[in-house]
Amino acid sequence: MISVLDTAGLEPGFANPVFDSQDTFRRVLDAYAYVGRPQTLVSATAAVGPLDPATAAVCLTLADCETPVWLDSRSNLPSVRKYLGFHCGVPFVDSVERSTFAIVANPMTMPRLAEFNPGTELEPQVSTTIVVQVPSLNGGPPVRWRGPGIQREVSVDVDGLASWFWEDWELNHELYPSGVDVLFTSGNAIIALPRSISGEI
Amino acid sequence: MAYVAVKGGEEAILNSHGLVAEDRRGDPAVPELTVRQIAEQFGLAVDRVMCEGSVYDRELAALALKQAQGDAVEAIFLLRAFRTTLPRLAVSNALDTARMAIQRRVSATFKDIPGGQILGSTYEYTHRLLDFDHLDIVDCDMPKAKVADDPLDPTFPRAFDSISDEDLIEAELPEPDQSPVFDLTRDPLAMPAGRDQRLQNLARGDEGFVVGLAYSALRGYGAAHPYVGETRVGDVTIEILPEELGFSVSIGDIIVTECQMLDFFGGSEDEPARFTRGYGLSFGKSERKAMAMAIVDRSLRCREYGEEAKYPVQDEEFVLSHTDNLEAAGFVSHLTLPHYVDFQGDLQFIRQLREEHNRRRSSKEAAE
Amino acid sequence: MTGPHDNAAGRSFRQPYNFAYLDEQSKRMIRRCILKSMAVPGLQVPFGSREMPLAYGWGTGGIQVTASVIGPNDTLKVIDQGADDATNAVSIRRFFKRVAGIATTEITEAATIIQTRHRVPETPLKEGQIIVYQVPSPEPLRRLEPRDSETRKMHAYAEYGLMSVELYEDIARFGHIATTNSYPVMTNGRYLMSPSPIPKFDNPKIANNPAIQLFGAGREKRIYAVPPYTQVQSLDFEDHPFRVQRWRQCCSLCGATDSYLDEIVMSDKGRRMFVCSDTDYCTTRRNHGHLGPDRGDPADIELLLPSKIATGSESR
Repeated sequence: MISVLDTAGLEPGFANPVFDSQDTFRRVLDAYAYVGRPQTLVSATAAVGPLDPATAAVCLTLADCETPVWLDSRSNLPSVRKYLGFHCGVPFVDSVERSTFAIVANPMTMPRLAEFNPGTELEPQVSTTIVVQVPSLNGGPPVRWRGPGIQREVSVDVDGLASWFWEDWELNHELYPSGVDVLFTSGNAIIALPRSISGEI
Repeated sequence: MAYVAVKGGEEAILNSHGLVAEDRRGDPAVPELTVRQIAEQFGLAVDRVMCEGSVYDRELAALALKQAQGDAVEAIFLLRAFRTTLPRLAVSNALDTARMAIQRRVSATFKDIPGGQILGSTYEYTHRLLDFDHLDIVDCDMPKAKVADDPLDPTFPRAFDSISDEDLIEAELPEPDQSPVFDLTRDPLAMPAGRDQRLQNLARGDEGFVVGLAYSALRGYGAAHPYVGETRVGDVTIEILPEELGFSVSIGDIIVTECQMLDFFGGSEDEPARFTRGYGLSFGKSERKAMAMAIVDRSLRCREYGEEAKYPVQDEEFVLSHTDNLEAAGFVSHLTLPHYVDFQGDLQFIRQLREEHNRRRSSKEAAE
Repeated sequence: MTGPHDNAAGRSFRQPYNFAYLDEQSKRMIRRCILKSMAVPGLQVPFGSREMPLAYGWGTGGIQVTASVIGPNDTLKVIDQGADDATNAVSIRRFFKRVAGIATTEITEAATIIQTRHRVPETPLKEGQIIVYQVPSPEPLRRLEPRDSETRKMHAYAEYGLMSVELYEDIARFGHIATTNSYPVMTNGRYLMSPSPIPKFDNPKIANNPAIQLFGAGREKRIYAVPPYTQVQSLDFEDHPFRVQRWRQCCSLCGATDSYLDEIVMSDKGRRMFVCSDTDYCTTRRNHGHLGPDRGDPADIELLLPSKIATGSESR
């Protein structure tokens, strides 16, 4: 194959793609399993422009040529597109509802949750997974989460979300089993918010 | 002790592998087969393994046959398990079978067809008499068939093109939506299945099962009245279109068998009467498979033509869910795995039912 | 991974396979499906099941799931019908040893990943463990409705009345619900789910389990999951509550009264004994000094201990 990609200034991906993506996946799986508990990603990746290491690692682990990706205005930069294009081979889409993964680097300006693909009753699995990078996984207003993966309930205080977020989340939760899933990232850590979880302020 | 049979450690497995190796080799006084010999002299077995194994590679298919002691289904399994680990480098352009280097080409629809009927290499008109000459290796001259004086025209018109102009045969139109072709090796079958899924499924499907289904459609459990519009065997070129080049390049030739079946369609309120099509394609020389595939394809198109689906061969879920011989053979053979936990549950339950039955009977007898 | 083919004469396909056999793109696809299945407990997520070097029906779904989650630091336990030394369990363990070089164990507590066919271990699982079920028939409604297009709709609209009718017909006929394994459950109050052919004895273990439970059906190309601490209810009726199997006997070897027992025929005259189907549970109990009451022929018991079990056919 003839390479026509310009790789100058490209941030490196995982040092060991096989083991680093396996390790990252297991921590993402733990995040989905023990909902609300932050998981630290050990396999180091560098930050990519506006993307924190955790955001970049999640993309390297889960995205590829079969997953259309949408980038929000803060992350939609040539450096990010080049990085995801080269390391993951993802196709980019402009319309948010056609995305398998949506990358949000600025949660204050992100589209309302109803604009993403919620899937259908017949195929709830085709919905968008939104990777929402936040300034911090705590320090924000506490929200009581309940649902699978949580014993009774857990209080989570993700910071930096838009004021409408939890209102939208309840509407999303009402669509269950359809609805979007959210993966919060910050620095090296992640918290998952699957659609099965209800959040009460 | 019957109990020991359900357990067994690594040693038992290794011993079993040893036995397989011994069985495979047979009498060591007999020379070992080479993969080359299988590829050259068991060509039709190789064709079947390539077709259902979804890998066009004679050497690998021959290797699989050798390793599987000639068991086609086992060989197909080996080839598929190898295939699944290969990277997918490119998607080829659609095959242009009109530009086939023809080895055989037959139509049942007209006595004479443009380009002529070409019988080619077929068992059809051989007498199936065991030829005892093959018992011995006779070191004679290479058998030679007579070669025609003139080479065939490289572009063969389809046998039934002559009546296509009259709109008597359903046109072959590209799918209206340009979505990428479904890939059954990467995505699970999704019902209702598009034609791409169906044809891939049938091409990979077990030859015996697909031929049996086609037979049922002809014999009375189906509505098929097919004519062989044309079946052709020959070499076609595979081309890919690398994005960075911007033009197609050939990556090699393969032999395929293609069958177009024409089926009577009496018309409906919206559609006039015409011949409709069923399509079959197989790797190598596998005409039986290609024809059966075409008949089953047409049977499964019943809903498109508003025909009532009342036979197994017209039932998409029934047919497409059961064609794959890896799935079928695997699931049947898994019954040799121990099921004693399950059996214990049923055994307990039957005992309980019998106890209750006996209690009811004795209390009834006591009452009488 | 896959090198270029050498020329026809001396070409070699003996290049090593990727870690855990599957290529990275297949793993990624399966990982995405696993996350979806975790987000919607009990939903059967279709996946592009690959041909594996083991036959369909022999655990290919479980193997693909395990191959996609396993890493070099994992310790794998494989059981078949509860036993670590059953031939297929040995074969699958060997497969992962060979393609992933990982550590294996027979001790439930020491395992980070447990692949199982038809049993849930008796030792309670804990946080951080993953149990992978091999599933032959993921669709709990299949016997009532053979068409996938129909059962998918039934799941989409949670139309599960047919299942209750079926179970109730059992009660009318047998006086009981006649399902002894693959006993259907309702997961997270939404999806009817097959727990795989585990005996209904194991059903209560699925509910609110601290471990991650993943279900892989290779031939049927479906993955589903029960996350930790998820509500899982076995179907029943008010007048016919769900009950698990109980034995009058205890385990002949370790005396356990709380485990699933296999019935072993000891002689042609029908003499039989009962032993734990979970070999690790039984061994651990015996190592802690628990011994069964059976005063039967000690030679028989010797035969049943895993270390003494013969290893199948050795000669023709």
